[in-house]
Amino acid sequence: MVETVINVFKTVIKGLRLTLGHIFAATESRNVKAISDPNYFAQNSGINTIQYPHVKLPVPDVGRYQLDVEMDDCIVCDLCAKVCPVDCIDIKSIKSTEAIGKTSDGTTKRLYAAKFDIDMAKCMYCGLCTVVCPTECIVMTDTYDRSMTDLSEMTYKFSDMTAEEANEKRLALEKLNAERLAAKQAIITPKNN
Amino acid sequence: MNFYLTYILVASALFVFTALFTLFAVYSERKISAFIQDRLGPMEVGKYGSLQSFADILKMLQKEFIIPKAADKFLFVLAPIIIFVSVYLGFAALPWAPGLVPASLNLGLFYIFAILSVETLGILMAGWGSNNKYALLGSMRSVAQMVSYEIPAGISLLSVVMISQSLNLQEITIKQGILSLESVKFFGIWEVKELGGFLAWNIFQAPHLILAYIIYFIASLAECNRAPFDIPEAESELVGGFHIEYSGLRFAFIFLAEYSMMFLVGMIGVVLFLGGWNSPLPNIYKLPLASWTTGMAWGIFWILLKTLTVVAVQIWLRWTLPRLRVDQLMSFCWKVLTPLAFLCLFISGIWRLTMM
Repeated sequence: MVETVINVFKTVIKGLRLTLGHIFAATESRNVKAISDPNYFAQNSGINTIQYPHVKLPVPDVGRYQLDVEMDDCIVCDLCAKVCPVDCIDIKSIKSTEAIGKTSDGTTKRLYAAKFDIDMAKCMYCGLCTVVCPTECIVMTDTYDRSMTDLSEMTYKFSDMTAEEANEKRLALEKLNAERLAAKQAIITPKNN
Repeated sequence: MNFYLTYILVASALFVFTALFTLFAVYSERKISAFIQDRLGPMEVGKYGSLQSFADILKMLQKEFIIPKAADKFLFVLAPIIIFVSVYLGFAALPWAPGLVPASLNLGLFYIFAILSVETLGILMAGWGSNNKYALLGSMRSVAQMVSYEIPAGISLLSVVMISQSLNLQEITIKQGILSLESVKFFGIWEVKELGGFLAWNIFQAPHLILAYIIYFIASLAECNRAPFDIPEAESELVGGFHIEYSGLRFAFIFLAEYSMMFLVGMIGVVLFLGGWNSPLPNIYKLPLASWTTGMAWGIFWILLKTLTVVAVQIWLRWTLPRLRVDQLMSFCWKVLTPLAFLCLFISGIWRLTMM
């Protein structure tokens, strides 16, 4: 009984000393350092919180946060959409009637991206799409704070074509296909006769 | 006519004081808890978040009064008023400075203890009237706890009353400093009436009163439902306890009562054990520090300083200790505190007969 009471007082005083130590250490605020800094874990006392929107922790250059697509380099191969485990990338391509141009690494672009949507609400940040991309046009950036008021805003639209442009290209493709079909028919029909 | 005007003025002043104290205490509690947990606490509203509690009360004033459909409306509406008024009335008998006491009652201490017990009724009304299982559980726990802990608290206060031979809080305070008309002895042997200061405090007049103060302090924590005895509120198990269904101004009043109660029990302890408005500085030979620091303004300053220190210790304890279990709480009260309080009472009787 007496032992218990003594033990209670001992432990209470120990706890109170601990918390008092933290109160007095509160004059020291956190030194904002990047994780790459060798002294990142050196600070063991003081306030740990940083006031986020006013102060930001530096993030690594290779941080895997929001996805970004450089459309000029994209050949619309659809590999990223195929490899995505959560199907958050939605691509609709239109074949071009002729070569559109070249990417920065020299690959010829033959497809238009009528639609290139990435639903960041679905994305699980695995980074597989950045690995399979042949032209390395889809990358993860160091932007991590994207707050939206509407869920549809979480779908990033990277396609730089307007609906009219896409329609025009589609018509052009259909016209070309029709011409080719007609030419084919023209070859086949005399044989049948 | 002037009579009533004075009454109203004194009452309003006390109300304004409790309201301001609550705002200050909520802010300091949030800051202290934050620093203990290596956080920053409120920082955005005002310099270092100092206007945070004003913003909170402003929000609460604008909120809707929600009365649950199945609630007992009469009890539900009346409960916060009873809870607050019972605590608020307790302030009436507390002395603030030499000659400054809202109501100098001969039975001051008895009155305060009687009026504080009414709070239990208010809490039970809140719990029953809410028609919510958590609220009812919380209020049941609260009633059991407050009724139990009033016994060790009351008995440890009685042991002081036996030494002081008065229930008038102003008289008890006067007997603990240089203004005393009787002799004051440090631990019953050293005459310290001329020296005053902390040497003349009740807690040092007899050694067992130190134990009595510890008992009173622990019991007072339980009486104002503070951690580690906050099982009536127990956020993690009862969501919020008896005030779970309250919103807006009614909730604010329950909060006001809780923090005023902290101040009140702290102040009772200060008045009875820690010298009340008496200066802690003793007269040292040609340096009459106690005589210099006794007076109206000094009295208010000292009692505020002492009480706020006690409140700070209450907050500090809350963020250090985990909550007790219900059975631990009860056995601690009945098996440890109550016998010890009776022992103090017994020693007080002998002390009074033999040493004074």
